[in-house]
Amino acid sequence: MQTLAFLAVFLPLLGCALAGAPILAGARGHGVDRWAQVSTSACVAIAALCSVALFWTVALNHQPRSFELFTWIDSGAFEASWAIKLDALSATMLCVVTIVSTCVHVYSIGYMGHDPAIPRFMSYLSLFTFFMLMLVTADNFVQMFFGWEGVGLASYLLIGFWYDRETANAASIKAFVVNRVGDFGLALGIFGVFLMFGSVHFDTVFQAAPAKAGETISFLWFEGHALTILCLLLFVGAMGKSAQLGLHTWLPDAMEGPTPVSALIHAATMVTAGVFMVARLSPMFELAPAALHVVCIVGALTAIFAASVGLVQNDIKRVIAYSTCSQLGYMFFAAGVSAYSAAIFHLMTHAFFKALLFLGSGSVIHALEGEQDMRRMGGLGPKIRITYWLMMVGSLALAGIGIPFVFGFAGFYSKDIILESAFAAHSGPGAFAFWLGIAAAAMTAFYSWRLLFMTFSGQPRGDHHAYEHAHESPAVMLVPLYVLAFGAIFAGVAGYAYFVGDHRAEFWGAAIKVLPENDSVEHAHHVPVWVKVLPLVASVAGIGMSWGLYIRNPEVPARLAERFQGLYRFLLNKWWFDELYDRLLVKPSFGVGMAFWKKGDGAVIDGLGADGLAANTLAAARRVSALQTGYVYHYAFAMLIGVVAFATWYLVRG
Amino acid sequence: MNASWPILSLVTFLPLVGAGLILFVRGDDETVARNARWVALWTTLATFLVSLALWTGFERGTAAFQFVEKAEWFPGTGIAYHMGVDGISVLFVLLSTFLMPICVLASWEAIEHRVKEYMIAFLVLETMMVGMFCALDTVLFYIFFEAVLIPMFLIIGVWGGARRVYSAFKFFLYTLAGSVLMLVALLYIYGDAGTTDITKLMGHGFGRQAQTWLWLAFFASFAVKVPMWPVHTWLPDAHVEAPTAGSVILAGVLLKMGAYGFLRFSLPMLPEASVAFTPLVYTLSIVAIVYTSLVALVQEDMKKLIAYSSVAHMGFVTLGIFTGTRQGIDGALFQMLSHGVVSGALFLCVGVVYDRLHTREIARYGGLVERMPRYAAVFMLFTMGSVGLPGTSGFVGEFLVLAGAFQSSTWAAAFAALGVILGAAYMLYLYRRVVFGKLERADLRDMLDLSRREVAIFLPLVAVVLWMGIQPKPVLDVFSASVDQLVARYQQAALEPGSRVASLAD
Repeated sequence: MQTLAFLAVFLPLLGCALAGAPILAGARGHGVDRWAQVSTSACVAIAALCSVALFWTVALNHQPRSFELFTWIDSGAFEASWAIKLDALSATMLCVVTIVSTCVHVYSIGYMGHDPAIPRFMSYLSLFTFFMLMLVTADNFVQMFFGWEGVGLASYLLIGFWYDRETANAASIKAFVVNRVGDFGLALGIFGVFLMFGSVHFDTVFQAAPAKAGETISFLWFEGHALTILCLLLFVGAMGKSAQLGLHTWLPDAMEGPTPVSALIHAATMVTAGVFMVARLSPMFELAPAALHVVCIVGALTAIFAASVGLVQNDIKRVIAYSTCSQLGYMFFAAGVSAYSAAIFHLMTHAFFKALLFLGSGSVIHALEGEQDMRRMGGLGPKIRITYWLMMVGSLALAGIGIPFVFGFAGFYSKDIILESAFAAHSGPGAFAFWLGIAAAAMTAFYSWRLLFMTFSGQPRGDHHAYEHAHESPAVMLVPLYVLAFGAIFAGVAGYAYFVGDHRAEFWGAAIKVLPENDSVEHAHHVPVWVKVLPLVASVAGIGMSWGLYIRNPEVPARLAERFQGLYRFLLNKWWFDELYDRLLVKPSFGVGMAFWKKGDGAVIDGLGADGLAANTLAAARRVSALQTGYVYHYAFAMLIGVVAFATWYLVRG
Repeated sequence: MNASWPILSLVTFLPLVGAGLILFVRGDDETVARNARWVALWTTLATFLVSLALWTGFERGTAAFQFVEKAEWFPGTGIAYHMGVDGISVLFVLLSTFLMPICVLASWEAIEHRVKEYMIAFLVLETMMVGMFCALDTVLFYIFFEAVLIPMFLIIGVWGGARRVYSAFKFFLYTLAGSVLMLVALLYIYGDAGTTDITKLMGHGFGRQAQTWLWLAFFASFAVKVPMWPVHTWLPDAHVEAPTAGSVILAGVLLKMGAYGFLRFSLPMLPEASVAFTPLVYTLSIVAIVYTSLVALVQEDMKKLIAYSSVAHMGFVTLGIFTGTRQGIDGALFQMLSHGVVSGALFLCVGVVYDRLHTREIARYGGLVERMPRYAAVFMLFTMGSVGLPGTSGFVGEFLVLAGAFQSSTWAAAFAALGVILGAAYMLYLYRRVVFGKLERADLRDMLDLSRREVAIFLPLVAVVLWMGIQPKPVLDVFSASVDQLVARYQQAALEPGSRVASLAD
């Protein structure tokens, strides 16, 4: 089992090295490209097999284990090791990450086949996978932070993969820096944990947490409930990584990266790290009810915000990006009502259908040779039929369509249990999240079908030539899509009993902790029937609306945009967040930096200090030399003054 | 544990022997230059190899001075030639000897004129630096501490860029002005304690009043060296004008002298004053971190940007030292070593493109990755080291300092952590403008990727940055006993009534 774990985590790193070494050594050519594709894909595929085996042992047969590799940082009580912690939570994440990663690796062989820098791309993908696995298998805060920042680096490198595009470079820096803002909170949270518990080891902290539940801590100018403050600080990190409202601005821009990157990093895995962290830290969050309320409200607001913006976007990838942001909001408000298991369940199903949607959109973009604007698409259904049906499956799963008590797509199970838990929490934030969640569900269905209709139905609106040449993707791109589609169809029904159903207690074991009085997932099974049916109704209504606006009366959307121009602009410009931050933070930083440099260092410090001193010395020297006039009475006068001064000094002192 | 060989003296004076050899090189200019380079390289390599004995022979787990050598110097005065290292100083000796061969290699082609004198200056500089870290007698310390200035002054003033004379004088006067006060302090100490033996002075126990004045005198000297805000402005100028290898040593080792001084004198000898002045140091450190990070953001000259980032990084060091916690001081020491390697490497990265294009203006570059993938990879790694990405050495120091700071003042930790965000911004912005983007200019198109010599320069640095990032424990183990002793002294002083005046730290 140790070997398996070791292989699962470190094979992707090996793949990264295998693909990267030849290009650093200066090798080029088709052989190098092929080698990079094969070696990385093989490494990740084997890692995926190992992960499935581990999932079998650890999660399904309930044998959580931890392996320590060696000590990393050791400074007094501050001790952190490199470790692999395996429990139901990390085993689930291992499977999700490696399976989606394998699909994306294979897909990239086709999608990136004509790119001049194939080895670099494959190497980055594998590097990302490694960091993500280190993140989820950490047994202490510091290793988690390692993975956390590591995936940020990989994300930065991949968003900026096409480095000659200015927009890609800007987006990559934005992603890294905004994530650093989140990491600022996360790091402070970790320091707080260390201050309070004298350890950064998960198990030690979790065991000690109940005893510290009543303590207070002073942070900056205020003193408050310690665990609440710590959890909120840690949650800032989660908000950054998972693009929650306020720190979400980097995610849509991240779509500048190649589409496989969007699927792997910015949909299925990295952006869910925040959700994973909250679930991992459930023993702490459970003792901080106020923090949970914040998580819940932020999640609900993000869900509705991103869904509303998704309604009007025209770039096919941006629609899906906002959808991701919105779905992450669902996961957070689930965690916020203590339904961590439902959050992870949705994380898992979402990974499949969202990766499917992204890779499917990649297939569309591939077919149209790079076109991403849906206003120049249309009528592609007959041309790329397989992609169309795969996207349909992804959308059905995302919208949570199913027949109650019979069968549904993945999202049908996972999204519904989240909404039911929110309702069953019987708290203010829970109800808030429930109703916003229902509204967001309708919007989700609306924009999903808007995407399908604008892309695949109606008349081609774009370049005629491109439309004529639109072609179905090769098998190397379609096979990963089949795998993901399989997941999007069956992951929900297969996982339900284990993740949130009858077997959930044994399945999760000690990996997730929920206080008995907070067990909203349990209560979710006993909610009224209308609560269970409402999400489906909302989704179907959303689809109907979409059909009405984009198939039946296609001229209406433009008229609506005209009529409600203020609202339309507000949504189209993403609630003006970017403009706000640019004016409040980015421009002032440069301005202040310039002022400090020219005025502070230049005029004040050097002006009054070194250079000023030098100039004054020079001037004084000139003046002194001017004193040497050569006239005796000048000297005599000076001596007289000197004698007087001395005498005075002696007298006063004496 | 003391070896029969006087290893410290050997490490200290071996470079001087090399310098002596170069002095006797004869022949036409080219022969002299070639021989001078080779002698310097072999000397520095040999010195490094000898110094490795310190790593293997150093006994962890004790705070005592090791490899001690002592010989009477001025009979009757008690002034002695007294050398020794403890957990705080030993790794700085190694850092110096490690960076030296790299500096010689980096100057191989870049320095064309007066090669002989240049190499002599570097070797003398090495002797002075190493001696400074080993000295256990205040007189000896002061001599080395001041003597370091002379070769560095010459290196900037003779082999520097256009404004080299202005920068050299600024550098010299700033650091000298501070040191004068330290000399007064050392004289007072000799008068008060009657000894120049640093090991004895650590237990001397100065009066409160005296501590305050002594602390301020030392502070004047060390703060300039670190440099702390607002006495930092000599650094960007010195870096910009210094030749590449000069910048490497300046950032790598010379900046550490001030912080080392705090750890060798201020904290152990003047603990009460150190506690009392902690708020001052915190404030200046935080201002340094935030202020210079913002200034770095708007720089147009590559070297100036990295110079300003050095000030910010040293702000973390001073912050960590005065937390008086195990993590803070461990982190500060680690950050000093890491910064020595990372910033040195970043200056070398600038040197690589400067050697090819003879400009440091950021706007002149762009798209280098196209033709220089190896360079891009190396530069990326050190950029990440500088922004403190976990897995590189930069992370360990920064994170421990912040963890230590959080224990004494959440304000300090929060403000300093802002620097971590800004650090990412200015470094990635630099990288983007230099390495990414479209390759448009013709002269950039012709630039060659790293040569074999340059790869040889960078490989050890890459290895050290990763090793210290992934497996920092052996390094931290070297500190542990000495830092524990220091922390105990500081914490004891902090407990004394009235020692903490209006502290930030509650």
